[in-house]
Amino acid sequence: MPARLASVPGETRDIVRETTISEHRKDPSSGNEPQRKHQSVWPEHVYEGHRWGMAVDLGACTGCSACVVSCQAENNVPVVGKDEVGRKRDMSWLRIDRYYADRDGDTDVVFQPMMCQQCGNAPCETVCPVLATMHSTEGLNQQIYNRCVGTRYCANNCPYKTRRFNWFQYQEEGRLSNLALNPDVTVRMRGVMEKCTFCIQRIQEAKFEAKGQGRAVRDGDIRPACAQSCPAQAIVFGDVNDPKSRVSQLRKDPRHYRVLAELNVEPSVGYMVKVRGRTAGAGGPEHG
Amino acid sequence: MAEALQEVWIRGGKTAARVTADVCAPIERGPTALWYGAFAASVSVFLVGACAMAYTLSTGIGTWGLNRTVGWAFDITNFVFWIGIGHAGTLISAILFLFRQKWRTSVNRAAEAMTLFAVMCAGIFPLLHMGRPWFAYWVLPYPNTRGSLWVSFASPLLWDVFAISTYFVISAVFWYIGLIPDLATIRDRAKSETRRRIFGFFSLGWTGSARVWSHYEKAYLLLAGLATPLVVSVHTIVSFDFATSVIPGWHATIFPPYFVAGAIFSGMSMVLTLMIVARSVMGLEDYITDRHVDVMCRIILAVSCMVGLAYASEFFIAWYSGNPYERFVFVNRQMGPMAWAYWTMVSCNVITPQIFWFKSMRAKIGLVFAASLVINVGMWFERFVIIVTSLHRDFLPSSWVSYAPTSIEVATFAGSFGLFFTLFLLFCRFLPAIAMAEVKGILQPDLHGHGGAS
Repeated sequence: MPARLASVPGETRDIVRETTISEHRKDPSSGNEPQRKHQSVWPEHVYEGHRWGMAVDLGACTGCSACVVSCQAENNVPVVGKDEVGRKRDMSWLRIDRYYADRDGDTDVVFQPMMCQQCGNAPCETVCPVLATMHSTEGLNQQIYNRCVGTRYCANNCPYKTRRFNWFQYQEEGRLSNLALNPDVTVRMRGVMEKCTFCIQRIQEAKFEAKGQGRAVRDGDIRPACAQSCPAQAIVFGDVNDPKSRVSQLRKDPRHYRVLAELNVEPSVGYMVKVRGRTAGAGGPEHG
Repeated sequence: MAEALQEVWIRGGKTAARVTADVCAPIERGPTALWYGAFAASVSVFLVGACAMAYTLSTGIGTWGLNRTVGWAFDITNFVFWIGIGHAGTLISAILFLFRQKWRTSVNRAAEAMTLFAVMCAGIFPLLHMGRPWFAYWVLPYPNTRGSLWVSFASPLLWDVFAISTYFVISAVFWYIGLIPDLATIRDRAKSETRRRIFGFFSLGWTGSARVWSHYEKAYLLLAGLATPLVVSVHTIVSFDFATSVIPGWHATIFPPYFVAGAIFSGMSMVLTLMIVARSVMGLEDYITDRHVDVMCRIILAVSCMVGLAYASEFFIAWYSGNPYERFVFVNRQMGPMAWAYWTMVSCNVITPQIFWFKSMRAKIGLVFAASLVINVGMWFERFVIIVTSLHRDFLPSSWVSYAPTSIEVATFAGSFGLFFTLFLLFCRFLPAIAMAEVKGILQPDLHGHGGAS
């Protein structure tokens, strides 16, 4: 990032929220603020069956990036190399955002795993001219690769910038490394957009298995690659329509908040306020 | 008032026969060495651009400088720039026609041609910027065999498709209808059989009878009425690409009038640029007079003030909204890493045209020409600033990046200029650059002496 005007003096952005353990003990909602429900002129989506959601605990996340690697492996995300990453064209569907705060000469770091937030009112969905990105009945923003013509309008309009475009033809036939590809996930060609799917192949697999056994999908049956590989178990995935699921419980937690909720995009991913293991001086983080 | 009504727009005491002879001369005498030189240069530049386009098509959008955060930059900047250039044609031909502005007759033909060519250049970019341009036809809603797949009428890009294709078709028809009497004139003067046949075919059996003229005038008036809303609609809809998004700096209700004003601004400047060159190269100073230049300068000054007001309003509203993201975008435009682009825009578009307050400045043709070029540069930067500075630093600072074009993008942009000038030179070579029949219409008061009422 160019150093010039990295931020406006005095401006803070409500992206990561944090508190200290002493404040948290006094008030579990410390560091958090209620986010009000906005009005929309459009009718809301109705989710009769499942509605998938996620909760990420910023307090548990150590920034180890195991989720990033497992997502890359699970979803056949192209590895584009140093030069392309230098051109800011990394393809990761899940990234770890880092924010820094200066605390009396010391530096505080916050890690925030950021993936497609599977918005209820998704800005990406309305702008696609060819309907290549659609809202599923289970609340997912589905990207239809073979329908995409690659206008990149969806990525421009994504407030979280989690969409990734295939700038070149990354995958080729006849490579030995193709043996490492996940057969359950489509390999994308150049010119199409892609992004986090909440590991929809795992969702489908779990649903089929449950159906075969004549039962409902149980909480915990589905674990996206990121949640599965997180050593701190900071990522919880589940059905928010099921009031008993862990993710539903976490959404009611006083630490739960959603990033950029003020845009009324209704993200399906929530974050838990980071609780620092110190006793005093709960200063809000400055972004970096 | 009587004097004002009889303002002489065509100098040199032309007769109708003289007008025909003057306008047809460049077409009938064949191209000059200057024309060949200009044509060779334009085609060469176009070919360089064509190579860059071919490379983009064969390799991918990765050949451009775009990245995960900045998904549009040169491509859409160029698109909006060319669409804007294309605006003056319909403004001059339709709106000024309805307002009975007589001076338009000298410039409307070339301005309409410019519109068509500019829209063609604009059309390259939305096609080329697609990741898979071979599926570009998927944006057209036609009955197809691909199951239930259809287009999204909620997408502003689809509105663009309709707005621009409609604009192109109406502009082309309007231009062609206006050409018919002149094509018949060339047909009647043709010395070779081939020429007579070709122009005979395209003049659609024009006889020049009073009945034909009466029908023609009605058709022209109706088309002018039909084309008028398009002057406003096209750039309004182009602005919706940005205004309907959520990105700070794009999501602005001021965009439709702001874009229309900007389009007229850049279109008028381009008309001036081309007319000043064309009139000296083709010896048409008696038709495109200093007074024409003067009125166009005054329009440019007026629109420049509107554009300046839009810049100021945008900035004020960003502050007044209290929205930190919105505020940041505007502070970032003025002081961030791309501040140079913002200040280029302001100095070209708001400060430079202020010289046109002075009649003496408007009379200096060299200066007016230079200013028209400066304004076109400024208007390109306006679109660049809107698109790139809004995208490159939006909500989450983790995704903030910079953007720089690659040589491929620059070559593609240059190539679009090559295409534009190639087409414009062909137009000047094969078609009457001035609407002869219309110019003859405004000669009348002069022919009958100065005392008559009109």
